[in-house]
Amino acid sequence: MITIISNEILGKNSTSSKRADGRASDELRPFKIEAGVLQRADGSAYLELGGNKVIVAVYGPRELHIRRLMQPDRAVLRCRYNMAPFSVDDRKRPGPDRRSVEISKITSEALMPAVFLEKFPRSTIDVFIEVLEAEGGTRCAGITAASVALADAGVPMHDLVVACAAGKSEGEVVVDLSEVEDKNGEADVPVAIIPRTGEITLLQSDGNLTPEEFEKALNLAIDGCMKLSEAQKEAIIRRYGD
Amino acid sequence: MIFIEDKQMVIPGDVLADKEYQSGRGTFKEDDKICSSLVGLVAVRDKKISVIPLQSKYIPKRGDVVIGEITDIRFSMWNLDINSPYSGILPASDVFGKEKRDLNKAFNVGDVLFLRVVDVDEVKKVKLGLKGRGLGKFRDGILIYITPTKVPRLIGKKGSMINMIKDETKCEVVVGQNGVVWVKGDPSMERVAEKVINMIEEQAHTSGLTDRVRNMLFELLGKEIPEKEEKPEATEEAADEEEENG
Repeated sequence: MITIISNEILGKNSTSSKRADGRASDELRPFKIEAGVLQRADGSAYLELGGNKVIVAVYGPRELHIRRLMQPDRAVLRCRYNMAPFSVDDRKRPGPDRRSVEISKITSEALMPAVFLEKFPRSTIDVFIEVLEAEGGTRCAGITAASVALADAGVPMHDLVVACAAGKSEGEVVVDLSEVEDKNGEADVPVAIIPRTGEITLLQSDGNLTPEEFEKALNLAIDGCMKLSEAQKEAIIRRYGD
Repeated sequence: MIFIEDKQMVIPGDVLADKEYQSGRGTFKEDDKICSSLVGLVAVRDKKISVIPLQSKYIPKRGDVVIGEITDIRFSMWNLDINSPYSGILPASDVFGKEKRDLNKAFNVGDVLFLRVVDVDEVKKVKLGLKGRGLGKFRDGILIYITPTKVPRLIGKKGSMINMIKDETKCEVVVGQNGVVWVKGDPSMERVAEKVINMIEEQAHTSGLTDRVRNMLFELLGKEIPEKEEKPEATEEAADEEEENG
């Protein structure tokens, strides 16, 4: 079911750009989304964005046994973002760390406004995001894949949340930073939106940007989100075929 | 203004129609627009638009008949898994009346029961009962899990689909509204029934399913496929739809 995009095809686009992989400033890395890749999960999705490879499983709504987490009027959305030890060049120590705990929390908060949680009081919806290979922008890849997996699980939602990052690298404001651009760059702005209404459900900013640059980065990120949104919709429709 | 056709596939966030239409199940209203909240097929009835999900969880409703498995024995009740976000309870008084008896002697953990949902309260506590025709414990047989929204399709128009499976495989088949199917018969026949039921679940949203199921049954049983009866396809499909909405 899963075919892997080889990393060789990356960075063979235009030569005019200053970016390390030759992309235009508003160009995303090549991406691909597939829904329903796991047999035993209620919903699942697989996403590739450049060198990122992310797999998401959704279970639920299901019974919540932990009483203190239970909400009497709505379901709880629990997310777990996890990076595989082999996902980065240096081995990542397995288990949750400060970074993955933060990403789990913001992912859940980014998805929550779109989900009809009040339809399933006293239950839980569990989202597991596993990063198999990381190359910059995994939190956005995780959110984008997670909403496809939620839709695949039949969870009622207002819309499919989609996320994309923008930032500043070598003095230029660019969309969808790669790992190199993120590490050497000046700023990183991940954004998640509900595309139909344009509501922003996640906005982080790391680094220094002038107000003008920030505005430009935000707009670039939203444009990127819209492109990914189309791919999300196609992925779900392709899952059931015609 | 309506932006979609009947039976078209939609995904969450798709705008379906303007305010002159009514918002039904699987849809929500936003700024006078009716939008889909699910991945599913649109059903337009008069001015009411609903979306029938392709995948869903069972939400217990009073009066439903369900198949549940006992997960725990408590002091005066059994806990049951009913393939839903909410577990069910079966009070001991429902089985023994006023008499006090050992619960283990009646049903044990792992037993599969056919029950009726007696009550669902505001905290989603699901009370189950065994009073009614055909309700009780299943012995042997296998369980097959399908998506609850596909149960009407599996049953078919006036039970046509399920009766066909029963007749051809000579198995006893019981379908719970929570998407659990119990099949008992010759082990090889059980397997045939399981394959057919899984196929129905996979293709529930396609048309002309009854004929394909018949062909598959005959193929698996190694029988000759009889000449296709001349039956107007359209009427049959319409009937299936009716069942889906019921």
